[in-house]
Amino acid sequence: MFKQYETVFIATPVLSEAQMKEAVAKYVTFIKDNGGEIVHQEDWGLRKLAYPIQKKTTGFYHLIEFRAEPEFIANLETQYKRDERIIRFHTISMDKHAIAYAERRRNKISEAAAPTAEPKTDRKAAPKVEPMVDVDEEETTVNE
Amino acid sequence: MAQQDDIRYLNPPTVDIKKKKYCRFKKAGIKYIDYKDAEFLKKFLNEQGKILPRRLTGTSLKYQKKVAQAIKRARHIALLPYVTDLLK
Repeated sequence: MFKQYETVFIATPVLSEAQMKEAVAKYVTFIKDNGGEIVHQEDWGLRKLAYPIQKKTTGFYHLIEFRAEPEFIANLETQYKRDERIIRFHTISMDKHAIAYAERRRNKISEAAAPTAEPKTDRKAAPKVEPMVDVDEEETTVNE
Repeated sequence: MAQQDDIRYLNPPTVDIKKKKYCRFKKAGIKYIDYKDAEFLKKFLNEQGKILPRRLTGTSLKYQKKVAQAIKRARHIALLPYVTDLLK
């Protein structure tokens, strides 16, 4: 039984563009080699961290959505742990709402970036989209 | 003799009618709360980056759990801080 997962990892900012690409390629091939299939990936580029991790204040974010066997996740996380380039990683399994949401989000990104760049490699696309669909913008009244 | 102005109430009569709080997720029909959307999650944090209670935001229990989960995930991948001052 395949399940859908979403993994985000943060790579050290000391990597060059090419090294970062290589790191991403490593994990993509690793997922594929172990019988998984890539659904989507997103490169968020170099971002500021909310707090320092290993004394670094920035990091390259990359998100991969994939389908794989549940047993595979432990292997993937072991790979992350052994990799010195990865300073933080996070994998979640997606339920049906999450999958539906991810699809909507993808469509939004591809719409926003449609004329010029393809969505998969567009660095600017990811953080710019406003992912929440029909959220009413009303502020919650907070009486402290 | 007490004049009209002299009358004082021990408890001032409630003038403003309290606005009923509601769960924004139920109202808008949102099923999934994205941990990647830090700007949205900031609505549920105070200035120190602590999660606001249901009592203040009006979120229903079901979605408060999901909000809390999303915020904790966002903190782990450093999209939100664990501790801070002047978040907003």
